[in-house]
Amino acid sequence: MKLSKKEVEHVALLARLALSEEEKERFRAQLSSVLEYADIINRLDTEKVAPTYHVLPIQNVERPDKEHETLPLEETLQNAPQRDGNYFRVPRII
Amino acid sequence: MDNYEAVIGLEVHVELHTKTKAFCSCPNEFGKEPNTNVCPICLGLPGVLPVINEALLEYAVKAGLALNCEIAAFSKFDRKNYYYPDLPKNYQISQYDLPLCRNGYLDIEVNGATRRVGITRVHMEEDAGKLVHGEGGADYSLVDLNRAGVPLLEIVSEPDIRTPEEAKAYLEKLKSILSYIDVSDCKMEEGSLRCDANISVRPAGTGILNPKTEIKNMNSFRAVQRALEAEIKRQCAVWAAGGTVESETRAWDENKGTTVPMRSKEEASDYRYFPDPDLVPIVISPDRVSRIKSELPELPDARARRFTSEYGLSAYDAGVLTASRALADFYEACARNYRDPKLVSNWVTGEFLRLVNARNLEIRDVKLTPAHLVEMLELIDKGTISGKIAKTVFEEMFDTGKRAEDIIKEKGLVQISDEGELSRIVEEVVTANPGVVADYRNGKEKAFAFLVGQVMKATRGKANPQLVNRLLKERI
Ligand SMILES: [Zn+2]
Repeated sequence: MKLSKKEVEHVALLARLALSEEEKERFRAQLSSVLEYADIINRLDTEKVAPTYHVLPIQNVERPDKEHETLPLEETLQNAPQRDGNYFRVPRII
Repeated sequence: MDNYEAVIGLEVHVELHTKTKAFCSCPNEFGKEPNTNVCPICLGLPGVLPVINEALLEYAVKAGLALNCEIAAFSKFDRKNYYYPDLPKNYQISQYDLPLCRNGYLDIEVNGATRRVGITRVHMEEDAGKLVHGEGGADYSLVDLNRAGVPLLEIVSEPDIRTPEEAKAYLEKLKSILSYIDVSDCKMEEGSLRCDANISVRPAGTGILNPKTEIKNMNSFRAVQRALEAEIKRQCAVWAAGGTVESETRAWDENKGTTVPMRSKEEASDYRYFPDPDLVPIVISPDRVSRIKSELPELPDARARRFTSEYGLSAYDAGVLTASRALADFYEACARNYRDPKLVSNWVTGEFLRLVNARNLEIRDVKLTPAHLVEMLELIDKGTISGKIAKTVFEEMFDTGKRAEDIIKEKGLVQISDEGELSRIVEEVVTANPGVVADYRNGKEKAFAFLVGQVMKATRGKANPQLVNRLLKERI
């Protein structure tokens, strides 16, 4: 399955990535080859195989409703590109 | 507009009041300093492993059962992917194709008729953080992630709702049920219950499905009702003018009293849901479901039915009393200890609720206890105070939490039932109002009430009314 340039642009938009024309073409080829590989797997007969909802063979891991320490503010904000008092500061969206 | 009917479905998010967040052990608390109630998991730092809070699962099953849902034997979490700064992981942990609960319903009463509204699904997910937008034209926003990871239930109704009143009744019933089972505070004003509405209109009785709009930004039950009324009007006008309603997201503008376009609705596939590899599937045994079911309290509808049969209340009064569990508990604690449950109902739905609303209180914060009310009613029975004075006493009890007997003593409110004393006052009133007395003798009934009023005034309302009536009749 070959991806169209439009599809690459759509995926890039969803991922908030600004791609150059050269990159769009490069990723179109790379993503297409991933999908082509998936096509090969799709050809397998899975008629008698139960669907896999999860990759792990375990179920029901729950934790008790008990509080733990939270992170100190300075650690929480230490990697913030921009900070404003107690807050992370980000470009305005709306 | 009379030829159109509305098709409405509601999507409600409720915050569950577990002790900790959904997938990490941060306290599930409101009102802390920004970004002080977070940990590597709810911050979405690399390498962390979220694990579901068992209380979240129990609460969700409880809610599903209370809403008459089937509980899925197998359920899982999915990632809902979108980019927004209040979502540190760039995905929200939610449930997509295998929600925990499906196919439920709740019954609502509107204008004396009962209607059943289907519940498509109830699923678990996590809340996002909060954005504070910079003031004025500022080009930045501030992010507080304290709320990120707080457990939510998303409750989606079938498009069975036909009128804005039904939408409001649905929300009130939902709030009532969720408060009864004690899983959420359900305060729309504080954001612990949020509601979006899907709505379309069609020529009445046709059954066709027209494009729908999604209405957001409604901050109270009343706002939901008003927004839906305005949107029905708008859509009807579009169709009537030969136009077509666009499928879009609109925001309720309280000041303008109308809905305004927001952004075009994102397609579901844009969220690129996929199973969350960090969280393992949930398999709930029938035993666990029946154990949770056996722990459910009596729910509002059942309790209302019991109130009508056990206490002889009207369906309406039973509905008012059972809408809130705290109110129903208060009522029942009184009714069980007093000879006349209907009289208790009058006081509770009347004076009690009037003062709760006037003082803007939660029922659990009221100082007056059921025992206080029963004591006061017994004092009326004994003739210690009149029914009229009782209102004053009740208000004082309500505000101070003091006992009726103490208030009566302090304020000198004991009913005057002393014949000698009352006869003297009656004599004074009669002497002072010869004209009115003459009117009464000439057949003016109203004149008598005036004279009674004068005696009451002279005793500051404390005279025993039956006695005043008799003495006055005898005298004139
Ligand atoms: Zn956390």
